[in-house]
Amino acid sequence: MKPFLEVKNLSVAFPTEDGLVQATDDVSFSVDLGRTLAIVGESGSGKSVSSMAIMGLHNPKRTVISGEVVFNLESGPVDVISSDEETVRKMRGKSMAMVFQDPMSSLHPYYTINNQISEAWLLHNKGSKADARKRSLEMLDLVGIPDPHKRIDEYPHQFSGGMRQRVMIAMSLVNNPKLLIADEPTTALDVTVQSEILALIQKMQKEFNTAVILITHDMGVVAEVADRINVMYAGRLVEQGAVDEIFYRPAHPYTVGLLGSIPRVDEKHGSRLKTINGQPPSLIGLPAGCAFASRCEFASHVPGNLCATTRPETQEKMPDHFARCHLGAAQVQQISSSKKVG
Amino acid sequence: MLKYISRRIAYTLLLLFLLTIVVYLIFGLLPVDPARISCGIHCNPAVVNGNRHRLGLDVPLYEQWWRFFLGIFVGRTYGDGAARFTCPAPSLGYSFPNNECVTTVMAHAFPFTLSLAIGAFILWFVSGVSLGVLAARFRGTWIDKGATAFVLIGSSMPIFVLGLLVYIGALLMHWIDPISQGQWVSPWNDPFGFFKNFIFPWITLALTFSAVYTRLTRSNVIETSSEDFIRTARAKGVSPRRVLVKHNLRTSLAPLLTNAGIDFGGLLGGAIITETIYQLPGLGEISLKAVLQNFDLPLIVGTTLFAATFIIVFNLIVDIAYAYLDPRVRIG
Repeated sequence: MKPFLEVKNLSVAFPTEDGLVQATDDVSFSVDLGRTLAIVGESGSGKSVSSMAIMGLHNPKRTVISGEVVFNLESGPVDVISSDEETVRKMRGKSMAMVFQDPMSSLHPYYTINNQISEAWLLHNKGSKADARKRSLEMLDLVGIPDPHKRIDEYPHQFSGGMRQRVMIAMSLVNNPKLLIADEPTTALDVTVQSEILALIQKMQKEFNTAVILITHDMGVVAEVADRINVMYAGRLVEQGAVDEIFYRPAHPYTVGLLGSIPRVDEKHGSRLKTINGQPPSLIGLPAGCAFASRCEFASHVPGNLCATTRPETQEKMPDHFARCHLGAAQVQQISSSKKVG
Repeated sequence: MLKYISRRIAYTLLLLFLLTIVVYLIFGLLPVDPARISCGIHCNPAVVNGNRHRLGLDVPLYEQWWRFFLGIFVGRTYGDGAARFTCPAPSLGYSFPNNECVTTVMAHAFPFTLSLAIGAFILWFVSGVSLGVLAARFRGTWIDKGATAFVLIGSSMPIFVLGLLVYIGALLMHWIDPISQGQWVSPWNDPFGFFKNFIFPWITLALTFSAVYTRLTRSNVIETSSEDFIRTARAKGVSPRRVLVKHNLRTSLAPLLTNAGIDFGGLLGGAIITETIYQLPGLGEISLKAVLQNFDLPLIVGTTLFAATFIIVFNLIVDIAYAYLDPRVRIG
């Protein structure tokens, strides 16, 4: 069976006065129904840009997009990139939905919760306002809003951040979309609320057999909920594979760095947090070689000047585990373990 | 909501009360003596004193104010015997050069000012908002550039230049007749004549204000379109038109209410330049005459108070409308 969503060679660039910003470069991956794909990477690595492209939300006048974003719907496959805006608009909210980072500003301040959730339902279903309200109530109840009969007529500013994110999730799932993109859904929330929201997303995923793309830079979150991981760097997908593969056998030096920079409770008190040296490169006119080369501690192990001159292609380093690196997976692991010892 | 409105109304009433004190004191302290001005050719101290008594200016300032304040509610009588003159409530004083109650003089002038303000307001609000929305919607195209040019010209050209240009233009095209201009034509009896009388004053006023509203609308719509909740609406599958009308405009236009209230309220006090150019004897025109020609102090107090009242009242209306539009104001 084909995966629900197939992204093939997706590139998104923004023309600016300073040059073409290549925000996403040749990204391919797929997501199955009922599964969670985590996309991780630093700010500006192209996580959100890819997800906006999947939703078809980029302004075609101000972006250069190539590649395919294919939804394998029951009615047949639809490519978001090549379809017209009206087709994609009708899919939005119905086939795919999105939850955003900041629940404080993502809901319209002037309209009641009922108005906003009902609107989402009425856009894709035939029915009266009363039907929409009934459906909204069901969803609010499902996402764990206490006393939904009363709260449905309140306004966003009367809700706490966590409750607003629950409302956002209720709204995004009101039409049972097959794909839910959650763009850093817990970043703006208190730590205690974060795990509740993650648990809610997982619960809803089970309920509706939804495919979930979780965008985050929190590796702890990833370990908790993801089935597969995409690691992005400077607009490129540098590593992808099953969650255990990535966590225990990272095949790209950047992933090694990311995992190494997770603060650990058992570490000696007062020891410095590990970081990846340097800054991500500008996305305008990336160097010919590997975008990570200048920050890579492993580059010296690559023969010749290969990292600076040649862009590594995606290779299957281990079964169903892909990475863009000139080094083999075994080499990366060997070097990283020797570094830990030293 | 009710609590909010009643609090705002109480505050407004207090402000209006303080306003009568301030306005009356300012003009009471002016070195202008209405008793002497109204004295006439055969003037002698006895007549001046008689006048002073008749106008109620022979008592301390605070008592003058108190009589004035009371007059608003119960009316007021000046002098006695043959010279007796009564202004029924609401009395704003006695305009001695006109030998009329201030309210009577203002009642003649107000229809001009009201017609001017309402027509101009509709014209500038509709045109300004539409042009602003169009400019934002088609940002960067020739529509936007045209709107920007209009904003630059409209807001940088002083109204007396703009007004004269429109006036001369209309005159040269024989669209207005300077003789009949300035006579009151009832919109109910002769809608066309009324329209003909006011269309160019409306355009003059609207041009300046419209530019400001175009600029505000354009920038608000563009700013709102990058809000997170607009992205949410698009992600729900809301159509572009509905995103603009339901999700964007309500947020973008709410701040314009403040401007609209103050501008319209201000205009109801008289548009001096426009009224003067088109010889419309509205509140602005009679205030100007009262200042320049006959030191009609009571009339100036009356029109000032009247104009300020409109601004305050429209501020109240804006506040209430805001609360209606934005739930955060209503409940917070």
